[in-house]
Amino acid sequence: MKHDGVLMGKVNPQELDEFAKEADAWFAENVNPDPGFMLPLTFMEVGTDQQFEFLRDWQNKVYEAGYLGAAWPSEYGGGGLDQAFQDVATDAMRRHHAPIMLNAIGLNWTGPLLMDIGTEAHCKKHIKGILSAEDIWCQGFSEPDNGSDLGNAQLRAVRDGDEYVLNGSKIWTTQGNYAKYMILLARTNPDAPNKYAGLSFFLAPMKIPGVETRPIRKLTGEYGFTQTFFTDARIPADGLMGKEGEGWQVAMKTLEYERGVHGGQAGGYVLLPLDAFAVIDLARKLQRDGAPVMDDPVMRDALVEFMIEAQSLKLCQARGAFAPLNEERPFGLALSGKLMWTEFARRINEFAITLQGTKGGYYVGDPNAVDHGLWTRGYLNAFSATIGGGTSEIQHNIIAEHVLGLPKR
Amino acid sequence: MDNLGQLGFSEAQADLMEVAKRFCREQSPMQKVRALMEDDLGHDPKVWDEMAALGWLSIAIPEAYEGAGLGVAEIVPIMEQMGRYFLAGPFFSTSLAAQALLVGGTEAQKQTYLPKIAGGSVATLALSEQSGNWDLTAITARASHTDQGLALSGEKFFVRDAVAANWIIASVLLDDKPALVLIAKDDLPKDALRREIIIDETKRSFALTLDGITVPKSALLDMAQAEVTLAHIHLCANLLSTAEMCGGTQNVIDYTLDYLRTRKQFGRTIGSYQALKHPSVDAYTGYERARSLLYSAAHSFNEQGTGEIATRMAKAQADKAYAYAADRSIQFHGGFGFTYECDAQLYRRSAIWHASQYGDAAYHRKKLADLILPS
Ligand SMILES: Cc1cc2nc3c(=O)[nH]c(=O)nc-3n(C[C@H](O)[C@H](O)[C@H](O)COP(=O)(O)OP(=O)(O)OC[C@H]3O[C@@H](n4cnc5c(N)ncnc54)[C@H](O)[C@@H]3O)c2cc1C
Repeated sequence: MKHDGVLMGKVNPQELDEFAKEADAWFAENVNPDPGFMLPLTFMEVGTDQQFEFLRDWQNKVYEAGYLGAAWPSEYGGGGLDQAFQDVATDAMRRHHAPIMLNAIGLNWTGPLLMDIGTEAHCKKHIKGILSAEDIWCQGFSEPDNGSDLGNAQLRAVRDGDEYVLNGSKIWTTQGNYAKYMILLARTNPDAPNKYAGLSFFLAPMKIPGVETRPIRKLTGEYGFTQTFFTDARIPADGLMGKEGEGWQVAMKTLEYERGVHGGQAGGYVLLPLDAFAVIDLARKLQRDGAPVMDDPVMRDALVEFMIEAQSLKLCQARGAFAPLNEERPFGLALSGKLMWTEFARRINEFAITLQGTKGGYYVGDPNAVDHGLWTRGYLNAFSATIGGGTSEIQHNIIAEHVLGLPKR
Repeated sequence: MDNLGQLGFSEAQADLMEVAKRFCREQSPMQKVRALMEDDLGHDPKVWDEMAALGWLSIAIPEAYEGAGLGVAEIVPIMEQMGRYFLAGPFFSTSLAAQALLVGGTEAQKQTYLPKIAGGSVATLALSEQSGNWDLTAITARASHTDQGLALSGEKFFVRDAVAANWIIASVLLDDKPALVLIAKDDLPKDALRREIIIDETKRSFALTLDGITVPKSALLDMAQAEVTLAHIHLCANLLSTAEMCGGTQNVIDYTLDYLRTRKQFGRTIGSYQALKHPSVDAYTGYERARSLLYSAAHSFNEQGTGEIATRMAKAQADKAYAYAADRSIQFHGGFGFTYECDAQLYRRSAIWHASQYGDAAYHRKKLADLILPS
């Protein structure tokens, strides 16, 4: 599928319309609603090889069809189209309940980062593999002793000729066992004047001697992340992003992509979109005291509260397009999105369990579990987003300091 | 129930927001707000004249009646700034009275009154009754046919800005059916109005005794439209209140943040304490969510069904957000927060006022349940 003749920023509405129709038809035909096993709701829940292979193939297929990276430059492997094209493709995915894109860390933060501050060579080398899911990426920021206090990361990187030698450990590495590359925050100078200035940022290969990943079991009983050990692991020095000592700034930029503060992501979604309306259907089909839960006034009120919240979040997202409505705190909504959405997702899943009466006690695998236990699993997994990517408490700090202008200390 | 309202923002809205922001900030500094709270009339007539000169009263009035031909959506950014700076005056009342005439007036009434309102004549509504009911069709006041016209009886409450108004539109039962009648303020008997003591001291509200008032038959609005008009007024009032509430919420957050950035205890700026920081963020995100809903409600206001849903959602969220932000503002000012001098009380009182008029969060949620959760 080729779509030439569209210059970035200049969209031919007819062509866009046609593209949207094709995308719609393509996803209608190609989404497999039941692969015969449970698919992950988010990129942080890829726990079996079966899930991994399926999602890798799926991403590759979507990319090959032209519906992923449609707005990334064609010289690196993207579609070279305007963002509007990718947006309609992503919409089609949503409409047809397509599975998630697997290579989240590549698609959503490494890719945009490389095109933002990387070299031509970085982009040529990595972008295509990110889009095709051939090269899975992971993120090595958190350490056992340094999580929220990321600036205190201690994994050592020592320059030796054309290489850096790594020693230390990262933890909670999503897809660490599958990844070919890691974006890595490491300490190059332990004697720097402050903890931030001693950090550097690397694109590090994972399948090399001295790198070992050990899967960690999640609260759901499934797998999805690893502890990653580095023992005299040697990585090429040309993987350094920015200069030595600039790692903190690069990491912050990465986190902004991660939290969706900036655009430029490849498209698709890496967390299944939350369908707040599904809770209504649930309330309609479940019973309480012999009547649909939906008829219980207390539950109805709670449902309405959730619907108001869902609608308000959707509108806050749409507000980005209306500059005059964001004049006084231009980054306020962008910086608040992660906190608002992830906390909402956690609470609505939690609420869905309470609708189920005794059946709220079942879990995934039991034949009697409501909706296969998805709500309970969803609730437990929702913490991945309220903890990962900077906890909700840290998000509060960030908004307080960067949007509301309150002092750090 | 897929469409709960879309977001939209017109150029006219953006322009009006800019002008209103400057105007309200300049015309309503806190010192003046405080002075007007002590004033009997409660607003500055010169400022009102300037607002009329800016054309604000004509915004939502069709061109056929000498208005600007825009909609209620364009009043929203103005109300928002008024709520933000506590700019006092009968703008809310007059805008609603114009809507009542527009939807429920006879052609003759529209031609007579709308151009005057567009030019700055003040009008208001008398809808509430002793029951405290938010249902505007729960009416006990009466009108009965006499040789002179319609004799009115009963009592109305929360008649905003009645002293400043030239006309009052009151709801009554005529032949046991809801009706609206237009009363010239000059025709009121002495002592028909009693100033009410209300929680929000920046506003003026009155009880109105209808007993002894007779209006000509021509003062009756179109009876066939009475219920539609009341429903429209209910939504419109909620939309405009929500705008005021969003403005107020924005300002109470900013007011509180100023204090958190300057006050020191234990050698630290108190704003560095997470016990104050995190709730401030919650107040802020609650405000932004209310504001997004507000502008979606404004944009969708004329859409059958969606307009009602969007408006009720907006008011429900604005109530929650304003109450929370202002409640925390009192607490976060410590002892000073307990004083009359601290502005936190103004906002908290304002939030209580808005919740009390035309329905609070729980009331709108109940209505929404029936709208969006059919069994
Ligand atoms: C599912 C999942 C996937 C993840 N994937 C990755 C990944 O791929 N790569 C990666 O590098 N990391 C990953 N993480 C790690 C994640 O970024 C960290 O867990 C997170 O930043 C918190 O760090 P921590 O676990 O050390 O908790 P801590 O920092 O020890 O926090 C413990 C508690 O203290 C609170 N707290 C800490 N500091 C403050 C403060 N200043 N103010 C207020 N409260 C505070 C926290 O909010 C939390 O509630 C993942 C985490 C999860 C759950």
